Amino acid sequence: MKYWITVAVVLIVAVVVALVPVNEYFFYAAFVVLQFVVLATAWNILGGYAGYVNFGTGAFFAIGAYSAVVLFKWLGAPLGVQILAAAGVSGLLGFGVGLLTLRLRGIFFAIATVAVTFMLETVMVNWRYVGGATGLQLLRPPVTEPFDSYTRMLFVVMALLALVAISVARYVQDSWIGRGLRAIRDSEEAAECSGVPTLKLKLFACTVSGALMGAAGAPMPMYLSFIEPASSFSLNYSVSALAMPMIGGTAHWIGPVIGALLLASIQQIVTVTISNEINVLVVGVLLVLFVVAAPDGVLGLFKRWLRSSR
Amino acid sequence: MAALLQVSNVSKHFGGFTALAGVSLAIAEGERFGLIGPNGSGKTTLINCVSGSLRNETGSIVFNGEEVSRLPAYVRTRRGIARSFQIPRPFRTMSVLENLLVPSAYVAHLKDTDGEAEALDILRKIGLAEKAHAPSSALSQVELRKLELARAMAARPKLLISDEAMAGLSGAEVEEMLKILFALNQAGITIIMIEHIMQAVMRFSQRVVCLDAGRIICEGTPASIVQNPEVRKAYLGA
Repeated sequence: MKYWITVAVVLIVAVVVALVPVNEYFFYAAFVVLQFVVLATAWNILGGYAGYVNFGTGAFFAIGAYSAVVLFKWLGAPLGVQILAAAGVSGLLGFGVGLLTLRLRGIFFAIATVAVTFMLETVMVNWRYVGGATGLQLLRPPVTEPFDSYTRMLFVVMALLALVAISVARYVQDSWIGRGLRAIRDSEEAAECSGVPTLKLKLFACTVSGALMGAAGAPMPMYLSFIEPASSFSLNYSVSALAMPMIGGTAHWIGPVIGALLLASIQQIVTVTISNEINVLVVGVLLVLFVVAAPDGVLGLFKRWLRSSR
Repeated sequence: MAALLQVSNVSKHFGGFTALAGVSLAIAEGERFGLIGPNGSGKTTLINCVSGSLRNETGSIVFNGEEVSRLPAYVRTRRGIARSFQIPRPFRTMSVLENLLVPSAYVAHLKDTDGEAEALDILRKIGLAEKAHAPSSALSQVELRKLELARAMAARPKLLISDEAMAGLSGAEVEEMLKILFALNQAGITIIMIEHIMQAVMRFSQRVVCLDAGRIICEGTPASIVQNPEVRKAYLGA
């Protein structure tokens, strides 16, 4: 109950902020931060709970974005439809990647997801309808009332998506599914012998995780008014989506949220104050620091602090 | 009486290596059954085929009147075949109690509150109750073996396969494990014991089968097995 009240409050605050005169740049930056909240949360459903490291976040994100572009160009579909369709297509991709878990575990699964990313990027580079390698300029449709700028509206949409993603992750974690996924992460064979339908659960986790990543990618073309393969499939998405839950803590749904808010905000600040190149370095340095000094992330540090202060 | 588990002509190869060559055996309900054999004789392969971790290439495995050899492992667990692992595989990020809640949720379909009551009951019987809330990564070797058995029990099995639950334990600890297994059998569970500790398996079993190079070389009461020249040859190579 407390959780749902918090969700409602956050959403109302997001809408109100979008309606009052705040510097437009705030929404540009906040959109990106929230986008990473969705990506990190989605990544954690498979990577954190089930222990399958997906290095192909960029692929799911970009396939979501391209699905939206195709629907927009072909049918002029509204944003809501674009997002749902993107979630569907990326969910299907997730299901396919899930089948890989039949044979591949650990590092081999991670490498396979990188391969999927390169494969799909090559397809998009060669697909003229969506602009190929040069990309495609998109004209934003008129903004929906009561918002007075498209970026402000996208900010609210992304806030909504983040809340949906967090709620899904929270549900998965607290349900019997979450316990099964944890069992898979600890020992797949013992899980199976304890009655856990491991393949079904892995396929479920891959599909849900992929769908949420796709949904996060759908508003991107409208945000930039442009789409192009190299930046859409960027490995930065994959690295960040992996680093943020690691830094926040993978055991609880709040971990990726903390990691994403922290890291993505730092990145935005660094991009503005120093340079765009340094912001990639920030991810790397923080990731290494946390892996060495606090392997259970901010959550682990917090728990340790709670215990020592008691 | 129909057997609880009927294994007929089961074979399994790994590349050119024959792990099982047409093994057949029947186990009655409520029986205490011992499976022995030298290292590499196919004991673990056989129970992997029975529990579903591996698929047998030929033959059939009928459990409780149902052909199970093409069912995935988790379904077989739900039908009543539970096993412990030779090398303990605890869910190491979970507490001891949570380890048991996995089968309670997925096999017995219990809500956590009911599952916890049943799990604590099992832990009491197995003598692990005081560790219920300890992280499973902090257990000693004998406690890990007990956890393996306890987790298998939480799946409410008809047949429990104990894969070398006593290897590496001290004399007193072996006694303790034997007592647990006897008690479980008293409660109506059929038990297959795979063991290298002869004294334990001979005392426990009503019937023993000896495997060598993927074949059954003899079958009988513990007393007759130790006298069997083929068994001596398989173990001692003489």
